[in-house]
Parts: sequence; structure tokens; C-alpha cells
Amino acid sequence: MAIRLQDYEQIVGREEIAELSVFAERVRNKRLQNINSTAVGGGVAEILTRLVPLLGELGIVATWDVIKGDQAFFNITKAFHNALHGHPEEITREMLDHFQANTEANLGSLDLNGDVIVVHDPQPAGLILKKKEIGRRWIWRCHIDVSTPNPKVWDFLRPMIDQYDASVFSMPDFARDLAVPQYMVPPSIDPLSDKNKPLSQSTIQAVLDKYELDSTRPILTQISRFDRLKDPLGVIAAYRLVKRNHDCQLLLAGGGAPDDPEGEVVLREVKEAAAGDPDIHVCLLPPFSDLEINALVRGSTVVMQKSIKEGFGLTVSEALWKKKPVVGGRVGGIKLQILNGVTGFLVHSPEGAARRTMQLLANPGLRRTMGENGHQHVKQNFLLTRHLKDYLFLMLSLDHPEEDIVQFYEN
Amino acid sequence: MPHSEPFVFNTERRLVVLTGQKARNLPELLAILKRISGSSIFYHTHEEYFLSRQFARHELYNDFALWISEALQEEPLAEKLAAIDLLSFSSIRQIRESMVAEIAAFLESTEGRARECPPGDEFHFCRAKSFVVPTGIVARDLPDFLNRLPSVSNTSLYFHFFEARLRLERITNDFSFWLSGIGQEALADEIDRLNPYAMTLDQLRHRIIQLGTMRLGD
Repeated sequence: MAIRLQDYEQIVGREEIAELSVFAERVRNKRLQNINSTAVGGGVAEILTRLVPLLGELGIVATWDVIKGDQAFFNITKAFHNALHGHPEEITREMLDHFQANTEANLGSLDLNGDVIVVHDPQPAGLILKKKEIGRRWIWRCHIDVSTPNPKVWDFLRPMIDQYDASVFSMPDFARDLAVPQYMVPPSIDPLSDKNKPLSQSTIQAVLDKYELDSTRPILTQISRFDRLKDPLGVIAAYRLVKRNHDCQLLLAGGGAPDDPEGEVVLREVKEAAAGDPDIHVCLLPPFSDLEINALVRGSTVVMQKSIKEGFGLTVSEALWKKKPVVGGRVGGIKLQILNGVTGFLVHSPEGAARRTMQLLANPGLRRTMGENGHQHVKQNFLLTRHLKDYLFLMLSLDHPEEDIVQFYEN
Repeated sequence: MPHSEPFVFNTERRLVVLTGQKARNLPELLAILKRISGSSIFYHTHEEYFLSRQFARHELYNDFALWISEALQEEPLAEKLAAIDLLSFSSIRQIRESMVAEIAAFLESTEGRARECPPGDEFHFCRAKSFVVPTGIVARDLPDFLNRLPSVSNTSLYFHFFEARLRLERITNDFSFWLSGIGQEALADEIDRLNPYAMTLDQLRHRIIQLGTMRLGD
């Protein structure tokens, strides 16, 4: 059964949901058209799947369209994506021309009917060409880190972005010095999704049993792709230091991407590093394992996210929501989620991670307090309902571009 | 002449605006501090109060002090900035001047030695775009006001106490202003003299109710 807005009342409270309606009233019946490049897979599609129906319930005419493109176009946008992240990529004139041609093809077929048009990420960014003809309000919603981009791609995109009415980034570190207003809208987790909903103790136990984890001994867990930037070998090094003083287990679990050859290499390295220790569990999870990931985190004692570089790192919020203290690298969005010493610990090295993990293992009271703090922090800042409200505020901002304080009075 | 206007409790929600301005070291921070909008300075000195986390509040209340401590590890300066008495200022301009003076003096004392933050740990200047709406809670007189106060959210309390005075540049907090208007000048003055920076929002609420109840008992 579809999840409805009122289902969130039990989590965030009736006042919070009522407040959504108060703000939605000011933009009721406006058409909000989202445009991205994929209907399934990836974080953007996941969030739109959840947000669009909820916006509809609030009286916004929210729609979602997907641009079309051939394989060459998506290869080019993949290269753009990597280049915007600062990786060296060869970007040729032909690639830029093909991107433009694809944009024009989409402009011919897409019905741009929103009062507010939200364009997600670089792939459809060129649709702004239509603004001169049809007007409307345009928002560029950038989900990726463009703080240190390859100049060739950025110089190509920048004139397009400057034509939008506003831009949106997930955190301050991702933003650029732009001519248009920039807003921060962090991503969010859905507390009612399979990955986050409450589970019974028997479900959690069944999953721990399936992965041969012993629930009577502490379990340290990192949930992430097998990627060097997530530092799985550093996590093993930290675990080995902890193991000198605490009898514990380590779980490294994550999905794999079949088209990611480096992922396979890293997985092999991790398995080699873990060889000979029956207390290290390395699990390559199949797609659609959300419920199992939920149970594994709930069954853990301490969660780690020892990334060396990170986008937002929502796995941290997913763990905090389950009242688990998190030991994480002081990078990217992890810094917004782990309030150092309050909801977990920020660390720079395997040694630091080990020291903080030992501190947590030795102190159940500290784990409880941090777990509770983490849950509250996520409740206030990283739940889907907050994300929904930010969308309403974005729409309102377009109506009040110059005001710092927008006052609404009784109707 | 006392008026009979009711007090309308508002609440505030906000969207964070990114200025795109960032600093890696103290000279850069200082240069931006001198020119950045007042609303950015208000944001970074009051965000911690606005969040009013029920669970914890960092001991370094303002973002500048926190960054100088954590990213630059210049503890003496962080301590000084955290100790700036925000209550003693009636405008954001004065807060800016005070911060600028502290940082400039520190840089002078270190003879130009300026630590760089680790890459990725820059200070990003933000500000808030606030949306203010009535909560639907209205007080007709002092007893009614004291009865309603427990059901008012911390955000509403924050708005009427902090935003009104510094960001909207009203002469005092909204409660004191209204109370003066209904002939409760003495109570208005007592509330005006509270130091909201030295307590949590829950404590502030409690103290206002306490003062008001005492006044009613007179």
C-alpha cells in the first residue's frame, strides 16, 4: 500500500505535518515539474519516487519527467559527472556537440508545463534554453559535488546554470560562487522505507543468523560499496586494533555494481585482508537487500563510515536513525551528520577510529546517549518530511527572491 | 496609554542560503567577515540557538569559534570569539566589528603566521531565508500569555526573542514590547534584562513564566 503523508505523523508528530500544510497553502495548485535523466536507480530517482506523491497530497501539482538519450549521450554525461568531481577526463568538442544535440531533441519532445521547473543534475541542464521562449521559474538542483570541477565541463555548463532562477546544493562544500541564488537542501532518509522502518527483534536475529553473526558479541559494521574511497582496508586495520582489547566481530557489507571493475578488485583485496579471521564477515549483498541492511545495522553495536572522500554519505543518517553511534571520516556530508562527541566521532585514521570504537565498546551508557542524540539529530534534520518542506520553501523563495525574512500573516 | 492588542505568536522556518564565499585561513575569514551581509553573521552566531537541540549544545556557541577551534586549532582565539557577549550588542554591525577586532588583534599578535585548514574543511559562509507564519496561538492579556507560553514551540520563542531584537532590529524582544504596551512595564523590563545566551530556550521560557507569575501575585 502506498505510503501517505499522515503515516509520518507517528514519527514526526502531528504539528510537523500540520505545518507542512500551512506552508503548502501558500503555493497550492502550482505546477512543480521535476526533470531528471533516469526513472529508476540512483538517489535522485529514489527521492523523487517518494517526494512527488507527497507533494501531490499537499496540493502541489507535482510531476516528474525523464529526458531521453542514446548510449553515447549517457557515456558523455558519465564523463561529465566524473569530470565535475575533479577526475581527469578527456572532453572533446564532439562530446559537447552531442550533448547539445541531445538537449535539443528533448526540447522538441518534452512538454515543459510546470510553473516551477526543477532540473536535476547536469544531464538535463541544457533545457534552460527554453526559458527565453516560455518563461516560468527554473531551479537547477545539483546533487553532486561541483566544488573542484574540471574547468572544461564547468565552463560549458556555467552559462546554462546562470540562466536559472536559483540553484540548490546538498551542502555548502558542494557549491560554487554563482550569479544565481544558491540554497542548501540536504538529502534525506525515509523512515518508513524498508531500509529504515522498525523491525522486530526476531527479524533482526534471523538476518544475523543468516550471515552467521553472533549477537552475543559486539558487532562493528560498515555498510558501503567496495570502493577505495570508503576505506574498507582502513576499517579492517581499525578492527584489528580494537580486537586486541575487545572480543568483537566486523561486518563489511554492501552492494556491488556489475559494471564496476574496480569494485571487484577492491572486494578481492578486502577478502584477502580478512582471510584467516572468522570474525570478519565480508558480504556482497544482492540488489533489493534493503530489509537485510536495515536488520544488520539494527543488530550492530557500533557503525563505521570511515570514508576518505564522501558525497553526502546518507548511510550515516540511516545508522543514527537506528540509534547507533557512528565513527566516521571527517569528510563530506559525514561532518553534518556526526556531531563530534554528540552523535558519534569524527576521525582521520584507522588508529583514531579504533580508539573511538574502543571507547564506545567500553561504555554502553555512552553508546545509548549518542544513539539517542543521533536519532534526534536525524529526526530534526535528515528525514523526508524536512526535505518536503524545503521543496515548499524553494517554491516560496522564488516568489520572494529579495527578502531575508518572509512574513506571512493570518489569512 | 496601554493598548489591548493581543500577542500573536509566530514561528519561523528557514532555508539555508549559500553565499559561495569560503575561507581557508584567518586572513581570508577576516576579509570576508568585513564585507559579508549582516544576515550571514547573524546566522553563524545564532544558528546553534536556533537549532536548540534538546540533546546537546556545543560549548563553542558560534560557528566562527567552532571552526577556528576544530579546523585551525587556534584555541586562544576560538575561546575569545566564543566569549563575545552577544547580549551587549544591539546590532549585527556591532557584532561584526567586535569579531573583526578580535581576529585582527590575534593576527597581529602572531605576526602574520596563519594556519591553513585541511582541504575540505573550509569555512563556508551561509545565511538564512526565513519564513515566518502565525502559530495560531494568541494571548489576550498577561494571565493568558503565561498560560499559552508552555505550548509555544522553541522556534517561536527564538523568533520573538532573538530575531526580533537583532535581525529585525526592534528595540527589545517582542514579549517585552507587547508587555510594555499593556501596562506591564516592570515585567517587560525584567524580561528584557534576561540573558538568553546563558540558558537554553526551555530555561528561558521557564524563567519568563516565573517572572510573570511573580508579577501577577504582586
